[in-house]
Amino acid sequence: MKTNNVILETATKVILFIILLFSVYMFFAGHYEPGGGFIGGLMASGAIVLLLIAYDLKTVRKILPFDFKKVTALGLLFAAGTAAGGLFFDKPLLTHWFTYVYPPILGKMSLHTAVIFDTGVFLVVVGVTMTIIQTIGESE
Amino acid sequence: MEILMSLLIGVIFMSATYLMLSKSLLRIIVGTGLLSHGVHLLLLTMGGLKRGAAPLLGQQAEAYTDPLPQALILTAIVISFGITALFLVVAYRSYQELGTDNMELMRGKEGNE
Amino acid sequence: MSLLHLAIIAPFILAIFVPSLHKALPKIHTGWFLLPLPIVLFSYFLSFLPQIIRGETTMETLNWIPSLGINFSARVDGLGLLFSLLITGIGALVVLYSIYYLSKEKEKLNQFYVYLLLFMGAMLGVVLSDNMVVLYGFWELTSFSSFLLIGYWNHRERSRYGAQKSMLITVFGGLSMLGGMILLYLMTGTFSISETIAMAATIYGHELFIPALICILLGAFTKSAQFPFHIWLPDAMEAPTPVSAYLHSATMVKAGIYLVARLTPVFALSGLWVWLVAGFGILTLFWGSFSAVKHNDLKGILAYSTISQLGLIMSLLGLGAAAIHYPAVEAGFYTVAVSAAVFHLINHATFKGSLFMMVGIVDHETGTRDIRKLGGLMSIMPITFTIAVIGSFSMAGLPPFNGFLSKEMFFTGMIRAQEIGFFNMETLGLIFPIVAWVASVFTFLYSMIIVFKTFTGKYQPEKLEVKPHEAPLGMLISPIILVSLVVVIGLFPNIVAPLINSVMASILPSLVAEGMKFDVHIYHWHGFTPELFMTIGVIVVGILLYKFMPRWTGIYNRMPEKFSLNSAYDNGLAGIQKGANRFTNAYMTNSIRTYLLYIFTFLILSLGTTLIVKNAFVLDTANVANIHAFELVLVIIIAIGSVSILFVKSRMTSIILLGSVGYAVSLFYAIFRAPDLALTQLVIETVSVALFLLAFYHLPKVNKNEEHMRFKMGNAVISIGVGVVVSLIALSAHSSKAFDSISQYYIENTYKKAGGENMVNVILVDFRGFDTLFEIAVLAIAALGIFSLIKLRLTRGKEQG
Repeated sequence: MKTNNVILETATKVILFIILLFSVYMFFAGHYEPGGGFIGGLMASGAIVLLLIAYDLKTVRKILPFDFKKVTALGLLFAAGTAAGGLFFDKPLLTHWFTYVYPPILGKMSLHTAVIFDTGVFLVVVGVTMTIIQTIGESE
Repeated sequence: MEILMSLLIGVIFMSATYLMLSKSLLRIIVGTGLLSHGVHLLLLTMGGLKRGAAPLLGQQAEAYTDPLPQALILTAIVISFGITALFLVVAYRSYQELGTDNMELMRGKEGNE
Repeated sequence: MSLLHLAIIAPFILAIFVPSLHKALPKIHTGWFLLPLPIVLFSYFLSFLPQIIRGETTMETLNWIPSLGINFSARVDGLGLLFSLLITGIGALVVLYSIYYLSKEKEKLNQFYVYLLLFMGAMLGVVLSDNMVVLYGFWELTSFSSFLLIGYWNHRERSRYGAQKSMLITVFGGLSMLGGMILLYLMTGTFSISETIAMAATIYGHELFIPALICILLGAFTKSAQFPFHIWLPDAMEAPTPVSAYLHSATMVKAGIYLVARLTPVFALSGLWVWLVAGFGILTLFWGSFSAVKHNDLKGILAYSTISQLGLIMSLLGLGAAAIHYPAVEAGFYTVAVSAAVFHLINHATFKGSLFMMVGIVDHETGTRDIRKLGGLMSIMPITFTIAVIGSFSMAGLPPFNGFLSKEMFFTGMIRAQEIGFFNMETLGLIFPIVAWVASVFTFLYSMIIVFKTFTGKYQPEKLEVKPHEAPLGMLISPIILVSLVVVIGLFPNIVAPLINSVMASILPSLVAEGMKFDVHIYHWHGFTPELFMTIGVIVVGILLYKFMPRWTGIYNRMPEKFSLNSAYDNGLAGIQKGANRFTNAYMTNSIRTYLLYIFTFLILSLGTTLIVKNAFVLDTANVANIHAFELVLVIIIAIGSVSILFVKSRMTSIILLGSVGYAVSLFYAIFRAPDLALTQLVIETVSVALFLLAFYHLPKVNKNEEHMRFKMGNAVISIGVGVVVSLIALSAHSSKAFDSISQYYIENTYKKAGGENMVNVILVDFRGFDTLFEIAVLAIAALGIFSLIKLRLTRGKEQG
């Protein structure tokens, strides 16, 4: 059932990127402002769901040719890898490390291993949501 | 506010329980969704409401609300989403296979040994 | 991460690559990829030898969960080193042997070698861990890998039975051992073995001492197949022969002995320990050797013989532990038992390993292990015959092989049991040498059966499935190396003496502390001692019994099968299954409503009763937040929304109502200073509604016509009950604060320790990162569940159609 919804399609093209950008912002702001991997991930998948509503499964598959199960697995690997990383420095499991750097122009920046962990969360959330929606959608 | 919230939580729990006890699989799923809302509000209320600023150090406030229940709830929201999705698919599949969503009709007798 | 840790983990790392190596290079037998590892590890552990002999130990610690006292600390001392050498040394030989034993065309080699590596790493972990929890983890891993290896030929019913049996018994023991370790922790406050040993005197006399002792011994006895837990070992012989040689004779079954030796300094102050270890050991020794004689399967004989030899070592360790009670000057008289135990441990690994490999060769080349079908193979398989003679004669305790020397030392240790001046040993100690002698007669007997029933007598080619011939050279190398060790140690026993000394130092550290130096010298000739006469007696009586076997073996038939331990196990297992089934069927009605009723009724009763009995309901109206008008509106929206879902019939309406409740809740989060929650809830609600719509598209209308009035009333009562109880709990939880909130910790440390400002996020990714890790794992599992629920059924439907 391919319906031509020009307004929705056009709007989606613009809004999609705004949402995605916002989700990335949310993700990185997470350590200081409201946000983080969960919200970022959910928002990104929300954007993809919007894409799904505006177009259809096949189009989305063409635009994003990932196997979302693998995205989930990759996310878990990120998270578990960060968790285990501490062990190599003779620290307990899940010990994070952070520092501040002062690159020119940008000013103070902080670097966290927690971000890698959160990336894992982000990827898992996107992967899981998309796996669920794609599988249900395709079963029709 | 806390007292009002406690009563509200009671109402949510009551509706959720009633839905979960019904025969229709669909209502059971809606019931679990409602139940998780109730649990989240319960956690939040237990931690105390409006005791200070949002738990962001950037706010530079005197007092902050308890961040721990919020972290627990955040975890719970995402998990309950996963569970609801799983339930939905189970319902959908069983309806496809068995042609009913009535739990009483689904009581298989095989596999009892 | 030290080299030592790497050595323990190396087998696991290699195991990851085995399947791909197997796939990438199918022409090369996968075993060749494995072979270098145990050899490298063996030489690595050999490099520890000089420092161990000097009396130094190495300890490397890797923090794991320091807050619970659980750290991956690896410690190399005499005992650990001896076992590591056995594990890697025999391991290398077994891998070499398996390359010729298992055909690369027919067998699933990738699985086999993954399991074997899993075992090797786990076993190294057991003998090198200084932390009890880590030891326990590796201990169970050995049980699992043993389970997988026994069930390797999983199309055979006996293999599956044997695998399950060994799993049930050893895991039961492992759990009880964990219990014992936790009891020790309660007494000492540490999981470290070396620290526990240092506190031995304070533990003794603690009320938990005896329970801890029994729990630990249960673990050791089940693993080392001591009577009455020995029944799993004969069934474990269903595993491929290299596995039997490796796990079920040389290494894994000795884990129990290792545990007893390791914890001797902790428990040996108690007479109960001495009696239990020595008593069950000697009982196992007798029962194992007595039962071995009646078997016709060569591997069955070897299984019972292993049981009996394990009992022998166990009993020596038990008696030797008594030496701790003597001052260093006198203790030397009793420590003979310990040195005999260690010496026999080495000897047993050599001769039993070679015998298992010999039986494997016979099985491989003739197609049977039944001694009634075998016979006269001496001229056909001369090298195998030589291996069998040396191995068996050593096992029987005949000179000039190493088994003779340790058997003599064993007799010495047993005779000296009577001299131990306490624990009633003066009177009851006489039992030990007598039982030991009788058991040795049977040991002699079954050793002779193995050699002479297989290799001499009438050659019966018509009963064999294949035409026998000598095994290929590659298969013979490993047993030849082992029997040469049997001969070399037999002729020059003192080359292993320094190792024995250092092992004894780790079993009896309190004597070392008193300044005693262990200095074992092993002699071939002691003069005309009671030990010599006992050996001569064993040989004479053994030969007589062998000659007249048909006359007396009838006694084995006198023991009805009904009362055997095996049938007790089988019936017990069946009984438990039947009982569990009946019990489950009594309350499992297959109706989800019944189950929910159980849960909700229990919730109401237990929480309601607690509220009443404990007088826990408090209402604090003073310390509450104020109510704004729009909050009241939200409350009313949620209340109306949730109640009206009960009455709607259309599925669309119920989704919309649920969604509106969700959005209202997210507004509450915003009001209650939880911006993270509000955002998450908003997005989740949107995605869920999309999901509901997708799935509900296929589902029927919400149907509530068929529900009766009584049904409705019952539900209403239960739901109102739940609502009231939860409200009361919410009120009391708000009104009474039993503890201070821990939120202050997070507020103070979010920036200091984690360098963040959003506390909720920092808690999620840092302070409670473990929760989040598992949470995303659960999510991934849910997604996979959904995927398989839909996809797998579709493909099956396609296949059928």
